[in-house]
Amino acid sequence: MNVALAAHEIHSDVLTGAGEAGPAPKRVVVAYGFWIFLLSDIVMFSALFAAYAVLVNATAGGPTGAQLFRQGTVAIETGCLLASSYTCGLMLLAVDSRRHFATYFGAAITFALGAAFLALEFREFANMVAHGAGPQRSAFLSAFFALVGCHGLHVTAGLIWLAVMMAQVAVKGFAAAVQRRLLCFALFWHALDIIWVGLFTVVYLMGVAP
Amino acid sequence: MNLLGKLSWSAIPYDQPIIMGASAMMIVGVLLVLALVTLKGWWPYLWHEWLTSVDHKRIGVMYIVLALLMLLRGFADAIMMRSQQAVAAAGAQGYLPPEHFDQIFSAHGTIMIFFMAMPFMIGLMNFVVPLQLGIRDVAFPTLNSVSLWLTASGILLTNISLVVGEFAKTGWVAYPPLSELQYSPGVGVDYYLWALQISGIGTLLTGINFVTTILKMRAPGMSYMRMPVFCWTALATNLLIVAAFPVLTATFAMLLLDRYLGFHFFSFEGQGNQMMYVNLFWVWGHPEVYILVLPAFGVFSEVISTFSGKPLFGYRSMVAATMAICVLSFLVWLHHFFTMGAGADVNGFFGIMTMIIAVPTGVKIFNWLFTMWGGRVRFTVPVLWSLGFMVTFVIGGMTGVLMAVPPADFQVHNSLFLVAHFHNVIIGGTVFGAMAGYNYWFPKAFGFTLDERWGKASFWCWLVGFYLAFMPLYVLGLMGMTRRMQHYDDASWQPWLVAAAVGAVVILLGIACQIVQLVVSIRTREARRDVTGDPWNGRTLEWATPSPPPAWNFAVLPHVGDKDAYWLRKQAARMSQGQVAPAGDYAPIEMPKNSATGFVTAFFAVVTGFALIWHVWWMAALGAFGAFVTFLVFAFREHDEVEIPASVIAQFARAHPAEAVP
Repeated sequence: MNVALAAHEIHSDVLTGAGEAGPAPKRVVVAYGFWIFLLSDIVMFSALFAAYAVLVNATAGGPTGAQLFRQGTVAIETGCLLASSYTCGLMLLAVDSRRHFATYFGAAITFALGAAFLALEFREFANMVAHGAGPQRSAFLSAFFALVGCHGLHVTAGLIWLAVMMAQVAVKGFAAAVQRRLLCFALFWHALDIIWVGLFTVVYLMGVAP
Repeated sequence: MNLLGKLSWSAIPYDQPIIMGASAMMIVGVLLVLALVTLKGWWPYLWHEWLTSVDHKRIGVMYIVLALLMLLRGFADAIMMRSQQAVAAAGAQGYLPPEHFDQIFSAHGTIMIFFMAMPFMIGLMNFVVPLQLGIRDVAFPTLNSVSLWLTASGILLTNISLVVGEFAKTGWVAYPPLSELQYSPGVGVDYYLWALQISGIGTLLTGINFVTTILKMRAPGMSYMRMPVFCWTALATNLLIVAAFPVLTATFAMLLLDRYLGFHFFSFEGQGNQMMYVNLFWVWGHPEVYILVLPAFGVFSEVISTFSGKPLFGYRSMVAATMAICVLSFLVWLHHFFTMGAGADVNGFFGIMTMIIAVPTGVKIFNWLFTMWGGRVRFTVPVLWSLGFMVTFVIGGMTGVLMAVPPADFQVHNSLFLVAHFHNVIIGGTVFGAMAGYNYWFPKAFGFTLDERWGKASFWCWLVGFYLAFMPLYVLGLMGMTRRMQHYDDASWQPWLVAAAVGAVVILLGIACQIVQLVVSIRTREARRDVTGDPWNGRTLEWATPSPPPAWNFAVLPHVGDKDAYWLRKQAARMSQGQVAPAGDYAPIEMPKNSATGFVTAFFAVVTGFALIWHVWWMAALGAFGAFVTFLVFAFREHDEVEIPASVIAQFARAHPAEAVP
């Protein structure tokens, strides 16, 4: 049930005219609306990115990114998140072929990887706060915690959503509505990856660049 | 650890007779309405037919009711400011103390922009867009209801601030550092922030909903270039909402983090950057003014074309101009603060962009003029509002272009000249457009027309009152009077301010005429029934359904052959001597089921918002949890659609034959 699979199932005139043929089927409408939401979410992140870029040197005599960031941890975090996108894709394939166990299994691995990412991020945050580098220390750290934390909150929301979806699969099976929501979840989860790639580059790579 | 956070009995401003009087009036008003509804036994009707309705037409009407109520509230603020400034000259202090005056101008701006102009425009879009597109509902009907009620939550929180606590004293833009905890330790800024965050989520969801609806759900045959212009402007507006509102959400989130958790985004300590707030705010704020005015442009396009009996002149250029404004609106934000000192290059760029964005607007004005040219213009109330708009908006636009020149702007920055300018475009554009739309589509919504005489009286009062109230402010701005002054020393300003106050009173008469118009129209509704569904000889598909339309809008989805689809259908019928197309077999229609999700979510949003404002953490957690449970209940619901049997549709169609006979 990924986008490519969904596309060839739709009657071709729906795709070409985008309206000549009348209202699009519900699956298209839902996924499209969710894309628009994702775009708006990315706009919100762009404001946080802009704030980070403005404040990155406003350290107020406190620690800089180069002094704080541990790239080893961040590399593992990135690995977790990217791998979870892959398992999320596998989960969708299982949904497509109506395999309950494979769906739960894919979801569980995705959940575990997401949770591991969050745990590592939380440990990083706690470490920084313990060393007097919390968000109250400087404008730079405020922007850092807000940007990275906002992504973390999104991942948290994603985990809750995934858990709810598994309950839905258990209760409702692979109903059309459940399939649509799983598709949206996958879009969301991949979008978080894209944001993380930007975040990893701007914050963690450029932050330690000489 | 106080269980009620910062909340205590002292939060109620007993010592302020004006606030207490206003609060008492508001509370009595609300209680009277609630008592009336209870005594008449209207609750079941209200609950089933309105509060839980996911019908875009009902939601649109409720948005407009909210907007009209907030117009009264915002106007009360306005007339207080005008009367205060008319008397507080040369040492006199007037009747409003500074801390109250500051709240009034902040509340006035916030309410008029977020809770009057936006709900009005969103209400019109809700009511009209699906009908014009020839479809049965928006893409996400329940989400639409959530949007409405989240907007209502923001409105409720803002009005609660009148009674419990205070509102922001920072102006409607809440610039830091003034809006930081250090300088605004009270709950006023928190009311402002949470009310706008909550209603902002609702607005964003509206944007997503309508972009999807317009791009994915049009009637068969309605390609982009066959869409009515109002749908185009609605598309542009909602694209702007989707692209701009997240920036506001992020900006307010940063200010909230500063205020609640000691972050340093905009504070003096920790090397925060105050001007970053100003930049981010206007990155949202300038698109916002086009969010307000583009739907109004759409209304004028429909009105002018209908009442001139001609297709709109330059449809394609109108569409191009709309989309050009949509893009350019993101490239002018810095003109709100040329005085930041970004340097000649940056100011020059934004000044030129600001002048350029006036071009597509000028194109539109000419299109409307050429549409009327050679047409048989009927001077109905909507047309009067449109003509008033054209004259007024051009003047406002010209003062805007004047201020686009940075050196000139330096002279009038933050002066009453600016205040006059943006009222000139927002009242002359958005409010006049809202009134035109209200008079134009009212018969479609309720099945009877509004009284023309009182409508015209209202228009003239508004028009004359507007010029009387705001032209003096241009003069005062040039004389050097800055905005937001509770009192002033220069006695030579006073005559102008008295004139402005008189203008406000004339506008008040206009509002009174509108209320009378509504009452008179309701009382004489039997005589003014619209039995044809097409009272104005309209051109677009909303007039192809009975007034008011059934829940399903169209028994059979219309097929669209060209622009002005309904007009073409009428022409074709005339050719075939009015032969009625045989009533086809009606198929049953699946319609979305009513849902309390929106209302209940909004209830918890108010609880959460109020708790956060007053630092009552357990209550905030409870409210958030309640909202989450509501969401779960919605997600696990069994049936979300009801089937309307073909017999019901056929019966309705027989009772309203007008639809078939143009």
